[in-house]
Amino acid sequence: MSNKFAPDNSDVSVVLCGQAGQGIQTVERILVRLLKLSGFNVFATKEYMSRVRGGSNSTEIRVSSQRISAFVDRMDILIPFHKGALNHVQKRISPQTLILGDEEIIPDDFQTSGNRYVPVPFAQIASELGGKIFVNIVAAGVVTGMFQVEQSLLGNFIRKFFAEKSGEVVQKNIEAIKRGWEIGRKLLDSQKSRLESWKKQDVSEQILLSGAEAVGLGALAGGCNFLSSYPMSPSTGVMVFLSQQMDEFDLIVEQAEDEISAVNMALGASYAGARAMVTTSGGGFALMTEGVSLAGMTEIPVVIHLAQRPGPATGLPTRTEQADLELALYSGHGEFPRVIFSPGRLEDAFFLTQKAFNLADKYQIPVFILTDQYFMDSYANLPLLDASSAKMEKFIVRTKKGYRRYELTEDGISPRGIPGLGEGLVGVDSDEHDLEAHITEDLDLRKRMVEKRLKKLDSIQKDIVPPELFGSNDYKILVVGWGSTYGVIREALEKLGREDTAFLHFKQVYPLHEKTRDYLEKAERTIIIENNATSQFARLIKLYAGVDIEARILKYNGLAFSVEEVRARLKDIIG
Amino acid sequence: MDTHIYDMGDIDIAWCPGCGNYSILKIVKLALAELDIKPHELVLVSGIGQAAKIPHYFRTNFFNGLHGRAIPPATAIKAVNPGLTVIAESGDGDMYGEGGNHFIHAIRRNPDITNIVHNNMVYGLTKGQASPTSQLGFRTPVQVKGVFLEPLNPIALAIALDASFVARAYAGDIEQSKVIIEEAISHKGFALVDVFHPCVSFNKVNTHGWFKEHTYYLDDSHDPLNRLNAFQKAIEKERLPLGIFYKNPGKPTFEENVGLYKQDKTPLSFREKERGARLVNLIRSKK
Repeated sequence: MSNKFAPDNSDVSVVLCGQAGQGIQTVERILVRLLKLSGFNVFATKEYMSRVRGGSNSTEIRVSSQRISAFVDRMDILIPFHKGALNHVQKRISPQTLILGDEEIIPDDFQTSGNRYVPVPFAQIASELGGKIFVNIVAAGVVTGMFQVEQSLLGNFIRKFFAEKSGEVVQKNIEAIKRGWEIGRKLLDSQKSRLESWKKQDVSEQILLSGAEAVGLGALAGGCNFLSSYPMSPSTGVMVFLSQQMDEFDLIVEQAEDEISAVNMALGASYAGARAMVTTSGGGFALMTEGVSLAGMTEIPVVIHLAQRPGPATGLPTRTEQADLELALYSGHGEFPRVIFSPGRLEDAFFLTQKAFNLADKYQIPVFILTDQYFMDSYANLPLLDASSAKMEKFIVRTKKGYRRYELTEDGISPRGIPGLGEGLVGVDSDEHDLEAHITEDLDLRKRMVEKRLKKLDSIQKDIVPPELFGSNDYKILVVGWGSTYGVIREALEKLGREDTAFLHFKQVYPLHEKTRDYLEKAERTIIIENNATSQFARLIKLYAGVDIEARILKYNGLAFSVEEVRARLKDIIG
Repeated sequence: MDTHIYDMGDIDIAWCPGCGNYSILKIVKLALAELDIKPHELVLVSGIGQAAKIPHYFRTNFFNGLHGRAIPPATAIKAVNPGLTVIAESGDGDMYGEGGNHFIHAIRRNPDITNIVHNNMVYGLTKGQASPTSQLGFRTPVQVKGVFLEPLNPIALAIALDASFVARAYAGDIEQSKVIIEEAISHKGFALVDVFHPCVSFNKVNTHGWFKEHTYYLDDSHDPLNRLNAFQKAIEKERLPLGIFYKNPGKPTFEENVGLYKQDKTPLSFREKERGARLVNLIRSKK
C-alpha cells in the first residue's frame, strides 16, 4: 500500500457522500473553515439531488498547498455515509482512493476486491455519544486528524459554529469531533503519510467565500439597497446572504409573491432612487423577461443575477449548466441595450457585481450577472477583497422645474431624476413616450426614441471588460471559455502543459470586447468549452465578432466539467 | 388647494366622450387638492388599459408600467421613499385579472398605498371582452354564450384577507366619492377603493341608470371595524353597497415592518451612508 494519501500529496481531494439530511453540508462547512484556519488552501463544491431527505449527494473538498478553484474527478479520500454512496461515486473510485467508512455500509465483495478500505466505526462512536446525528461530526474529526489540524482549535471552533445550540449539544459535538480527530491521527501514523512535511501557505489572512457570497458582497459594494426576489435554486444563496445584512447595510430584501412582482418591484424601487437587484434562475427569469423589456423602455437601471441551472422548464433543479446565455441576451421584447457579465473567479463575482450597479445606473439599462449552480455552491479561500477599490458611482440628478425625464441628448443618456428630489416631476412610461414620458404615437418621435436608447451602446463600448488571456502570447491554439469554467480550464491547461496553447476567458459575454476578433484570428486552431449542448457562446462570437470557432467541448448532463475531463478532451483534439 | 395644479392643459385624451374615467380623474384631483398633496409629493402608478392612462392626464410624478403590474412598483416606491403619497390606479382587468396575484399579496404585505380601481365590469381598450368583474350572463364578442365565470368580488376578497381599508365608490357621485378617496389616501396602510363606473362604448348593461338602481350607501349604523358585518355587506347581491366597508387601522405597514425607518426617517432613496467601513468588516468576518 502506498504511503501517500494522494498521487500528489500537496493536493488532496476528500469526498463525502451521503443522503440528503445526513449533514454532509455541515461537514463541508466545518472542514473548509478548519482546514483553511490551519493554513491549507481549500476548494469545495457539491452536487446534490432535488430532495430534502434521502438520495445520494456528494461534496468534494480539495485541500492544497496552492490556491485552487476547480472540480476534479479524482477522489483521494472517500467517506461514504450510506449504502448507496459507493454506487453513486463508483466511476470515480480508483485503486488509490482511500475509503473510510462503517463496515455495514461497505459491500463485502468491495472489501475484498483490493480497494484501499479502512473500516472506521462511525456509527458505533456516534451512538456512544448519543445518536446517529453525530456521525457527520465524527467524520469531520477524522479528516481534521489526518490533516493534523491542531487539536486545540477544535473546541472553540465547534462552540462558535454551533453557537445557537444548547450547551449539551455543543459539548457532544466537541467530543464527536475530538473522537474523530484521534482516529484520523492514528490513520495518519499507520499510513506514514508524507503530509507531515507538507509546506503550508499562510492563508490565515485570506477569506473564505462561496460564489453566492461573492455576488452578495459585490452587490453591497455596488450600493445595492433593494432586492426583491422569489426563492429558486441555485440563486437563493444571494437572497439569503443579503437578508442577513438588512439592518447593518440599510437594505430592503423582500420575498415577492412571484418573479413578475419581484422584477416590477425592483424597477419601482430603482425609479424612486434605490439601487435595485433581483436574483433568480431560468424558470423564474422567464417570468421576469417582461420586466427586462420594461427596464429597456423606461430606462430604469436594474441588476439581474441569473444563476443558471439545466432546463428546459424545471429541468434539473439542483444541477448546473451554462445554457441561459441566449435567454439573457434576447430576453425582453423590442430592441434596447444591455450588458452581460459572467464571473469566473470569486473576485470577478465581487468586482463585476459592484460594477454592474455602476453601469446600470450610468447607462440606465439592465445589467446581468450570469452564474450557475456550480459557481454559486462552490467555496474557496481568496485574498482579502479590497473594498476601497469598489467605488460607488452615482448618477442621479436633482431636478429643476420643467425637467423632462427623456431629454434627447448627444449620447442618448438623459439625466435621471427621481420623484421627490428637486422641483421637477419624474414620469416613466412603458408605452413609447415623449420627452416628458407621456404616451405618444408621433412616429418620428418614436424613431428618435429608439435611436436614443440604442445610442447608449456606443458609450457602453468603453466600459466593456476585456477577455483575459492565460498562457503564452505566441499561442497557436486558443481555448475559449466564459463564466464558471474558468478554474477547471486553467488547471486542465496547466496539467496539459503545452506552450502553444493559451486560454482566453470572457467575464463579459455581451457586448463583446473589440479585441475578441484579433485574439481569435491570431490562433491557428480555436476550441470552445461550454457547459451546454449547442455552444451558445461560440454562436454569439460568430454573430458579433465574425469568427467561427473550430472545435467544441460541450457538457450538458447537469454536472460541471472536471479537470481530468477537460484535459482528456483537449488532448483528443490537440493530440 | 386648487385642482388646476394637477391639470395638463390642452391635451388629447383617449377616453370616449361620456366615459366614467373623466369623473374619476376629477374626483381624485379633488381629493388630493383637499388633502393639499402637491404634484411633486405624489406618484401615480398605473398598468395598462383605458383607466391606466390616467397618469397622462395628470400633472405629477408617474410610473405607467406594464399590464397588471401597478402594485409591485407602487409598493417599492413607497418603501424606498415613504415621504411620497403613492396611488396605484388602474382598471378592473388590470388590477383583478392580470394583476390578481399582486392584489392579493399587496393586501397581505400592507404597504401604505392607495389602490383605486376603475371598475366598469368590461374590457375597454381591447374592445369589449369580459373582465373579472363582468356579471354572469354578460355577452360579448368573445363570451358568446354569456359570462359563466363567477364574478370576482374584490370587496369580499379584500375583507377575507383582512385588508387595512376597503371601500367602494360610484363615479356618478362626485361628492361622496371624493370623501371616500380622501379617507383612503389619509388611511395608513393598503387602502382599496373599487370605483363603479359605466363604459359607454362596451357595457350596455351596467349603465349609469343600472348603477343608480343597484347601489345604495352604507349608513351610520354600519360599523367599519366589524369584519363579519363588513363581509356580510360585501356579499350582498341584489343591491350593492357603497361606502367604507371595513377598516383595520392597527395593522403595521410594509414600510414599518422592513424596519429601516424606526430611528432614521430619511427615505432610503436619499440616504448617503458610507458603506466602506461596514463592508470591510463584513469581508474580514469571512476569514
